[in-house]
Amino acid sequence: MAHDKQGRPLVAVTGIGVVTSIGQGKDDTWAALTAGKSGIHRINRFPVDGLRTTIAGTIDNVQVDPFCAPMLSERLAVLAAEEAVGQSGLATADFPGALFIAVPPVEMEWPQREALAKASGQQGDVTYADVLKAASEGRFKAWHDLFIFGTVADRVADKFGTKGSPISLSTACSSGATAIQLGVEAIRRGETDAALCIGTDGSVNPESLIRFSLLSALSTQNDNPDAASKPFSKNRDGFVMGEGGAALVLENAESAKARGATILGYVLGCGEKGDGFHRTRSSPDGAPGIAAIRDALSDAGLSPDDIGYINAHGTSTPENDKMEAMSCTAVFGERMASLPISSNKSMIGHTLTAAGAVEAVMSLLTIATGRIPPTINYNVPDPAIPLDVVPNVARDASVNYVLSNSFGFGGQNTCLVFGAEPK
Amino acid sequence: MRDVVVTGIGLISCAGEGVDAHLAALTTSSPRTDLETFAPYPVHPVAAPDYDKQIAKKSDQRQMEPWQKLGCYAAGLALESAGVKEDAALKSRMHLIVAAGGGERDYAVDGQILTGLRGAENPGVFLNERLMGDLRPTLFLAQLSNLLAGNISIVHGVTGASRTFMGEESSGVDALRVAQSRIASGQNDIFLVGGAYNAERPDALLIYEMGGFLWKKPHRPVWDRPADGGGLILGSGACFLVLESREHAATRGATALASVTGITSDRHRRGPGSVGKKLQAQAAALGAKPDVVLSGATGVKGITEDEQAALKDFAPNAAVYATADVIGHTMEAQAPAGVAIAAALIAKGQASDALVTSIGHWRGEGAVRLTKAG
Repeated sequence: MAHDKQGRPLVAVTGIGVVTSIGQGKDDTWAALTAGKSGIHRINRFPVDGLRTTIAGTIDNVQVDPFCAPMLSERLAVLAAEEAVGQSGLATADFPGALFIAVPPVEMEWPQREALAKASGQQGDVTYADVLKAASEGRFKAWHDLFIFGTVADRVADKFGTKGSPISLSTACSSGATAIQLGVEAIRRGETDAALCIGTDGSVNPESLIRFSLLSALSTQNDNPDAASKPFSKNRDGFVMGEGGAALVLENAESAKARGATILGYVLGCGEKGDGFHRTRSSPDGAPGIAAIRDALSDAGLSPDDIGYINAHGTSTPENDKMEAMSCTAVFGERMASLPISSNKSMIGHTLTAAGAVEAVMSLLTIATGRIPPTINYNVPDPAIPLDVVPNVARDASVNYVLSNSFGFGGQNTCLVFGAEPK
Repeated sequence: MRDVVVTGIGLISCAGEGVDAHLAALTTSSPRTDLETFAPYPVHPVAAPDYDKQIAKKSDQRQMEPWQKLGCYAAGLALESAGVKEDAALKSRMHLIVAAGGGERDYAVDGQILTGLRGAENPGVFLNERLMGDLRPTLFLAQLSNLLAGNISIVHGVTGASRTFMGEESSGVDALRVAQSRIASGQNDIFLVGGAYNAERPDALLIYEMGGFLWKKPHRPVWDRPADGGGLILGSGACFLVLESREHAATRGATALASVTGITSDRHRRGPGSVGKKLQAQAAALGAKPDVVLSGATGVKGITEDEQAALKDFAPNAAVYATADVIGHTMEAQAPAGVAIAAALIAKGQASDALVTSIGHWRGEGAVRLTKAG
């Protein structure tokens, strides 16, 4: 079979790669994830004095210079993509298709601002006029390239030899899923036979952590970092920031088979729906989230009963987990009480821009290995959202179809459906 | 493949508001320029609109920094121009692609922190304390790239789904390209696409000044700048377009202003003369036979002359306008603005085959061909 029921080319996954705070590479990460290991720890990258949240799932064993979000994000993207492209067997420096990469919005960081302020020689009150004067001397030319928005994608495109203009995108916390969706759409249009889809985020720095903290989005349960991220638990109190990179090689199934590639699974459906209710909160009736799930199922040609596991967005914020449970219950009905749904974020934290891609990789590994990763730290169930969250311990189960949810600030709702085979 | 047409334009810049103001500005000698506020850096300041006209709630306006307000305003103009502003059902299935950078910082807070860091006993701890104490909690939402789209969804009810592309000039071309391809292939029927840029902010100037890209003299046409060292002048403005399939426009009785015949976008490792060759190849791929060119030329040395030579070669008889000489360089919004002006010229019968170019100041080359809606 080369086409789906709507006559569109089937989209196969022929390579996956991932790096998170619990492992570098899919084997290490999967072993840790199914062992219920947490990657959340006290931040030692920068001083945490005076912060309400002092923990995160940072990736500390990957070195970049200068250390900043775009450099680390680029490195995580490259690590994940090397693994994914390597597995696919496609050319590693002449990738025969487009690049879609979810990257954190970057801007200059405090070490660079400080260096410019120092270079200005201003001894009194520093203003942007001083900083601009220092910038005009030309010594900081490389930072223009480093801190404009298209650079991470451009460097990754250059390294892997992807074709055409690379797409750098953000749909907030659903960005990784959107990167995959864009790749699926391009293959279905016949525009390309292959797409390299990446989500990456290495942006745990003081200001980005403080920004989320000031919105009261982060867990402040710092004493026991392993236990802070507790999606769907009654005592959940916010998400924990994490870092990660994940890459998927998507191919037109027909051309993948023709070249003898091993097919790891299929992206069968993509769904999305905007929400105009509020900048950070979902519509109280959950309608957009529900619409995104139904859209993904319908795009995949599946009914709710076909889904064997839900890889949750499951951030561990009071609002998200309640809304996600409500949306899933609306779609899956009574079956939701026994349909396994678990959150990778209980272990690796919320990898933000990367999350949708990281969780896509985990969804495919669930199908491939017949093992569902747990939701750890589930000790105090929330009676308002009775779910089978695969509490604390991984579970063996034969899963043919997985729904992966991603929801983000700004009314972003994106859902993907993966399958071992098309139905 | 389905035809894709432009049915709505929302445009605001230093030239004013709406297509007529911008068409009139095509032939004036020099755009409005502010030489004082950020001296020695000129900027083209936006003609500040009455935001109440497109963003009804003051509470919404307060949640946005200028780049978002400009974008929301232009989005409202585009919806109005396409005749869909009051059609809630249509807007709820209309998709949105925004080309965006990021939002404004709190300049006073940044300055105070930089001053304090100099003498701080423990700079890391000082930074934490000041950021925790001084940053407005909601400022983050005014900075996040995808929150321009989020605000458009909230203010205008465009809620099919939104995607935000980043990456300077290229993101503007790619936003148009992906929307056009999705409509042409039947994946979607109607899109709101565009971008917004606020040039009147020191952090935006800073990033381009570090790279040595800014022009520091009074306005001169972009084509004349390379001989004097070259450089770009940033402009504040926003442009949104409504794109839809010809059938969809006809069914709802909308006027098609122009057809989007083709869009191409690419990157390459630049070398001497390579940009001109790239543009030649792109124009050929689009089958471009332009009688008018809306060039995205920046004025940056090397690439500007390259583009000019290429245009003379493949479009010797075309009227060539540099969008930056009308509105300044609006970065992510520049390609959409060029398309808006080209579509307006075609709709008024002043052109029949237009090419919009986008040679990014640092990377990325793209072109859009528009023809009569016919």
